[in-house]
Amino acid sequence: MSETDENGSEELITTEVQPKNKSARKDVTGTVVDVEELDVWYGDEKALDDVTMGIDENRVTALIGPSGCGKSTFLRCINRMNDQIEVCRVEGGVRFKGKNVYDDDVDPVALRRRIGMVFQKPNPFPKSIRDNVAYGLRVQGRADYTDIEARCEEALREAALWDEVSDQLGSSGLDLSGGQQQRLCIARAIAPDPEVVLMDEPTSALDPVAESKIEDLIDKLAESYTVVIVTHNMQQAARISDKTAVFLTGGELVEYDDTQKIFENPDDDRVEDYITGKFG
Amino acid sequence: MTVEESENETILDRGVSYEDVRGRLFLAVCVAASFFGIAMLALLLWDVIATTYSAIFEFGVNPRDFLTQTSSRNVEKAGFYSAIVGSLWLMVIVSVIAFFVGVGTAVYLEEYAPDNRWTRLFEANLANLAGVPSVVYGLLVLGVVVNGAGIGPILLAGAVALALLIVPIIIVSSIEALRAVPDSVRQGSAAAGATKWQTIRNVVLPAAMPGIMTGTILALARAIGETAPLIMVGALFITTRTPGPFDRFGAMPTEIYTWAAQPERQFIAMAGFGILVLLVVLFSMQGLAVYVRRRYEVEFGE
Repeated sequence: MSETDENGSEELITTEVQPKNKSARKDVTGTVVDVEELDVWYGDEKALDDVTMGIDENRVTALIGPSGCGKSTFLRCINRMNDQIEVCRVEGGVRFKGKNVYDDDVDPVALRRRIGMVFQKPNPFPKSIRDNVAYGLRVQGRADYTDIEARCEEALREAALWDEVSDQLGSSGLDLSGGQQQRLCIARAIAPDPEVVLMDEPTSALDPVAESKIEDLIDKLAESYTVVIVTHNMQQAARISDKTAVFLTGGELVEYDDTQKIFENPDDDRVEDYITGKFG
Repeated sequence: MTVEESENETILDRGVSYEDVRGRLFLAVCVAASFFGIAMLALLLWDVIATTYSAIFEFGVNPRDFLTQTSSRNVEKAGFYSAIVGSLWLMVIVSVIAFFVGVGTAVYLEEYAPDNRWTRLFEANLANLAGVPSVVYGLLVLGVVVNGAGIGPILLAGAVALALLIVPIIIVSSIEALRAVPDSVRQGSAAAGATKWQTIRNVVLPAAMPGIMTGTILALARAIGETAPLIMVGALFITTRTPGPFDRFGAMPTEIYTWAAQPERQFIAMAGFGILVLLVVLFSMQGLAVYVRRRYEVEFGE
């Protein structure tokens, strides 16, 4: 690879990426999720290979990598959504606030009540907008929110959807546009005030305008929540995340560092190749 | 005109080729096939209406008396009322038994049961069960419930026979309705901290309910027109009393069957009137099923 090529591609990245200000973030108080030597198999196929990483509190952590590299699998280990796949086997530790979530005495339902999740395709329930947002609070029987209606409004405001739906809270969540549905799903995920919000490619099914709205929203969410986001879109990772983890085929975590470092001066050549589009 | 243009004209000509003729013949066969069904239905309706007309105007059957008098051997005193009440009771009891057994089984198979060989074998055999002749269910209930449990040929026994007959149909249609609820919605509910039971109760069942109701209503419509299982459990019973759940009983189809077998022509004409009433009930139920499907169906936009 020639010198000019390298400079050219580096410039391509740095010019295209306009990072969010990320200024309003609180100081890092420590890690909230610690993954230790995590191996995951689907049947005989290894999806994650000896992954160890800590996720900072009140930060946006991006997981990037080519299709099938295990980044979604990693995300689903954190709130044990992989439990629903029969052939999935997990070894190693995922500590949430120090407690290994794969310990026998951990109730996955209780775990998911503290870790919200947003999926790739918007999946609102066939219920009213109000009932969608209130869903988590209702099923969790939360005594700390006596005024569910008020909390729903708050969550919808946090999800930047309130102004668009405040006069139609009774209509079905399925009647909204794709981007609105996804923000509704975000409101649903944050209404019970979780500590961590997991996002599995939340903008890949949306048009660019809706995508940009969601990115702004994620930037804001990081003021109050720890966000872990899987994305196919490297510019997105560069724009919104504080730290980036790069997974490559075989479920290997190749490099995990500050986003700026990953995109400007990665240690691993494979990461550089992947980011500059030469691989993956 | 250039050579190219004239060539194009021949290509685009509406020719009468062999394939064209075959296509038109095929269309004609398909149209004829559809008209055969429609013609048969029209013929049936015409026959039923003509018979009802003759019952009213030739034999002087008063429609009000017909609908309010109970079953009787005396042709002048015989009416359809007790049969209608019998059928309504059957419908109520059958829907309660069949709905809970059918939907419960479907929810277990689709939401809880492990996806193994036994589950698949069970599900495959549900379709076979739905194809068992109805008279077999009648014989089963006659042996096990009427004589075996010794409750006698009462309405409840008839309801059990009809419920057994339609449970497989309800299970199959409920499974279809549950499968139509996308998995992403179940995952969304689980991720929101709902237990499996909360997910099924709050999200899956409400979304599947229009489909389940449609299937159940159509299955009930089938049960209400069934004759053979009722004859097997002894519903060919003529009494001047209107039946309750624990009485000997007759229902609309068995009453029609009894009348049609009588020598008096007036009874046969009244059977036609009875068929008309039964058809009105059946068509109403079909209409209700279509309405429920149209009105409450959930579009997930997948």
